[in-house]
Amino acid sequence: MYKSLIGRVAYVSFGPHAGKLVAIVDVIDQNRALVDGPCTGVKRQSMPFKCMQLTDYVIKVPHSARQKFVRRAWEKAGVSDKWSQSSWAKKIEARQKRAKMSDFDRYKVMKAKRMRNKIIKHEVKKLQKEAAKK
Amino acid sequence: MAEGDQKSAKKKHGSRNPVLVRGIGRYSRSAMYAQAMCTLHWLVKLKVKPKATVVKTVGGDKNGGTRVVKLRKMPRYYPTEDVPRKLKSHGKKPFSQHKRKLRATITQGTVLILLTGRHRGKRVVFLKQLSSGLLLVTGPLALNRVPLRRAHQKFVIATNTKIDISGMKIPKTLNDAYFKKKKLRRPRHQEGEIFDTEKEKYQLTEQRKEDQKAVDSQLLPLIKKVPQMKGYLRSSFCLSNGVYPHKLVF
Repeated sequence: MYKSLIGRVAYVSFGPHAGKLVAIVDVIDQNRALVDGPCTGVKRQSMPFKCMQLTDYVIKVPHSARQKFVRRAWEKAGVSDKWSQSSWAKKIEARQKRAKMSDFDRYKVMKAKRMRNKIIKHEVKKLQKEAAKK
Repeated sequence: MAEGDQKSAKKKHGSRNPVLVRGIGRYSRSAMYAQAMCTLHWLVKLKVKPKATVVKTVGGDKNGGTRVVKLRKMPRYYPTEDVPRKLKSHGKKPFSQHKRKLRATITQGTVLILLTGRHRGKRVVFLKQLSSGLLLVTGPLALNRVPLRRAHQKFVIATNTKIDISGMKIPKTLNDAYFKKKKLRRPRHQEGEIFDTEKEKYQLTEQRKEDQKAVDSQLLPLIKKVPQMKGYLRSSFCLSNGVYPHKLVF
């Protein structure tokens, strides 16, 4: 019944393992799953569904597979690489970077944004002029 | 003893009872007592009473002119008490001897954000902590019009940004006495002209200009080395929508 869940990679959103990816290996009951993240540093344990957010990635493991096999399947599917290239992960990283910005960094960002906007506006104005001429 | 000088009368005499044989003195108890009383009367006649008090003057407008201070005070400790009593001023040091603390985040060359005073919001370079605990800080003047100035640690945000000023020499003459505000509050006329005292406005001195130049000429090339630092020091700090100081990392 839970075939679609087993092997699914989930992102842990809060709790002691916040921010890590895990694979759902088995379902314990309505609220908890047996979860394992050999490549992301999460020991095999039960985890409530509430703190997991499902991703699009699935790895091919039979239910209750040993950690060794979960690791193999994970590496075969290249989940960690795919995840780091996804826009979800990139957004998370951007958010973290923004929170860590120092006052100097904020100033530099402000200057960069301003320069960028200036260039854009310049181009837009140019195009507008040409459109007006016609 | 014949002179009856104040000083010589204060000197303590040994026993006035010469020894005839061991254990037997020349004079009896009553004779000794009579002698003692004579000396006492003699001293009283000379009005040599050891001074018990001293009159000291106390300053301050509302403090009153004089105090009478005992010269020989009651002991602070009797052996029957457990612990000697502490002076009222125990553990209270004058300001000059206080311990000065400096936040760990404030080090040489840190960029600070001033929060109060006429230069509020300006970003400024920290040079050193003076002996009064205040921070010596400079704009530099050419970048944000903040001269060599003192700033209070509590009214300053320390950012993570640091400029390497280890090679810089700060003149030793820059200390608290140099920066202390000069007071010339002696209103000769009571009614009119109370507000017309001299030095109301701060006058720039040549010495300040020289010291500023000396420090800034060392600082500016160090600032120019870091990209965008010059513009950063010229800008001022402000909050805008969605910016919460408790969430900012400085």
